[in-house]
Amino acid sequence: MDSTVIRIRDVVVSYREDVALQGVSLEMRKGEFLGIIGPNGAGKTTLLTVINGLGRLVHGEAWVLGSRVNGTSRTALRKRIGYVAQVQKIDPRLPINVRETVMVGCYGRLGLLRRPTRAQWERVDNVLEMVGIAHLARRPIGHLSGGEYQKAAIARALVQQPEIFLLDEPTASIDPQAQREIMSLIQLIHTEYRITTLLVTHDLRQLPLICDRLLLMKEGKIWREGAPESMLAEDVLSELYNGATSAETASLCP
Amino acid sequence: MDLSIFQYQFMQNAVLAGLLGGITCAVIGVFVVTMHLSFIGVCIAHAAFAGALLGLWLGFEPLIGALLFSLAAAAIIGPMADRGELNPDTSIGIVFSLMLGLAFLFMGLMPGARSEALSLFWGSILTVTRHNLIFLAITTAVIVGLVVAFYKEIQAVLCHREVALAVGIPATFVFYGLLFSAGVTITASLQSIGGLLIYSLILNPAAAAYQLTYSLKRMLLIAVGFGVISCWAGLAISYTLDTPSGASIVITSSVIFGLATLFSPKRKVKRWRQARPAG
Repeated sequence: MDSTVIRIRDVVVSYREDVALQGVSLEMRKGEFLGIIGPNGAGKTTLLTVINGLGRLVHGEAWVLGSRVNGTSRTALRKRIGYVAQVQKIDPRLPINVRETVMVGCYGRLGLLRRPTRAQWERVDNVLEMVGIAHLARRPIGHLSGGEYQKAAIARALVQQPEIFLLDEPTASIDPQAQREIMSLIQLIHTEYRITTLLVTHDLRQLPLICDRLLLMKEGKIWREGAPESMLAEDVLSELYNGATSAETASLCP
Repeated sequence: MDLSIFQYQFMQNAVLAGLLGGITCAVIGVFVVTMHLSFIGVCIAHAAFAGALLGLWLGFEPLIGALLFSLAAAAIIGPMADRGELNPDTSIGIVFSLMLGLAFLFMGLMPGARSEALSLFWGSILTVTRHNLIFLAITTAVIVGLVVAFYKEIQAVLCHREVALAVGIPATFVFYGLLFSAGVTITASLQSIGGLLIYSLILNPAAAAYQLTYSLKRMLLIAVGFGVISCWAGLAISYTLDTPSGASIVITSSVIFGLATLFSPKRKVKRWRQARPAG
C-alpha cells in the first residue's frame, strides 16, 4: 500500500516579480517528520502553503492526502491539515479568549450551521492541559506572551485532529526557555500521534532528535536533503547560509 | 417631557427606526471595529450616498441606487484590500475620493432645489416612511439571523482571519458577506440617519463596546444597547432642544464612546502596565 501522503512535482510559485519556489519536488511518507531550514527568502513558508492550498501554483502539481490540491479540493484539505504560523502581532483588546481561539480549530470539520458539542469543548480543555496552558483558558488571546500564544496555536491545530501538521517557525521571536518547551511539545505530539509533520525552523539544536529527514532550501529550490546528522555539518551550514562563519553556524548547531 | 408626542405616527416610526437602525448599525460596527476596517466602512457609506444621489438625479428610487453603489464599492475594495496590489489605505482612499466626487457631481447636475438630496446628507428620522421602515426591519432581521446562524464562522474570521482560512472555514466568503452586509445596512439606514452621519452610528457604539469587554457575544449585545440608546436619546434631545435629529443621534453616540473609553477596564490595564517599572 502506498504510504505517500504528500507528493509535489516541479512546483513553481511566484509573487508578482519574485519567484518564491522554482521547480520544487518533494515526497513524504505517512508519519514522517521533515525539518526544513534555510536562509530568509529561501521559500520554506511558501512550500508549506503549497501543501495546505494557501499558495497558488504557477506550474507543477501537488497531491496531498490523495487529492490534487486545487481550487475545488483545498478547503476540504485544510480541514485535515493543522497549520501553525509564526508568532503574529495580536490586538490585545481582541474579544476572544484562549479557549475560544483553540475551538476555532474544530470549526472547519464541524461545518456550517452546527454548534460545538460538549465533547468538543472537553477535547479543547484536554488539549489545553496537554500543552500546559489550561490555566490561561479564559484569558484574552491578545494577553498571551509569544511562547504561550504558540502553545495555543499548537493546541488549536491539535483539536483539528490533523493528518498533516505544518509548523512555520513556531519558536521564532520567543525566549530560549519557551523555545525548548515548544520543541519538546512538538516532539511529544509526534511521538504520541505519529502525525506527518513539516517543521520550518531556524533553531537547529533539537532537529536531530526529532527529524527523520532534513530539507535544506536556498533561493526557492531544495538545495540538499538527507539525514539530519549529515545535513547539519558545519561546512554544509556555512555554504547554506552564504558563508556564515564557524562561530555563527556553531551557535545554530546542536 | 410631554409624552403625547408618541401618539403621532411619525414619532412612532422614528422610535422604531431608531431601534432597528441602532441594532443593525451596531452589529455591522462590531465587524468593522474588530477587523480594523473603519475606513472601508466610511468608503461604503459614501458610495451609498453617491448612489442615492444618482437615483434622485435620474429619477429612480434612491435606495436602489444606494444599494447598488454600496455593494459595488464592497465588491471593488474587498479584493483591492485583500490582494495587496496597492496599499489597502491607498486603494480604499481612491475609491472613497471617487465616491465623494461622484456624489458632488450628481448633486451639481441635479436641476432645481436640492432639498431631498440635502436630506440624504443629514437624514431625518422624523420623516422616515413605512416603506423605509419595512426595508430596515427586513435588513435587521436578515443581519441578526445571519449572525446567529453563522456566529462561529464570523467569530473566527473577525478575530483570526488567516487561521479561519487555514482550518477550512470559507473565510473569504464570510469576509465578503460582512462587507455586503455593511453595504445593505448603510443603505437601509441612509434616510433616517443620513449619508454623512451614518458611519458614526456604525462606528461609535461598537468602538465603545470594544472598550468594555473581551467577549464577542457581550460586545455585540453592548454595542446594540449603545446603538439603540444613541438613537432614542438623540431623538429625545432633538425633540426637546429642536436640533437636527441625525446630528443629535451621532453626537449622543460619540458621548457614549467617550464615556466608555474613560471608564474602560482595558485602558486601566494599559495604564497599570505603563506604570510598571521596565524589566
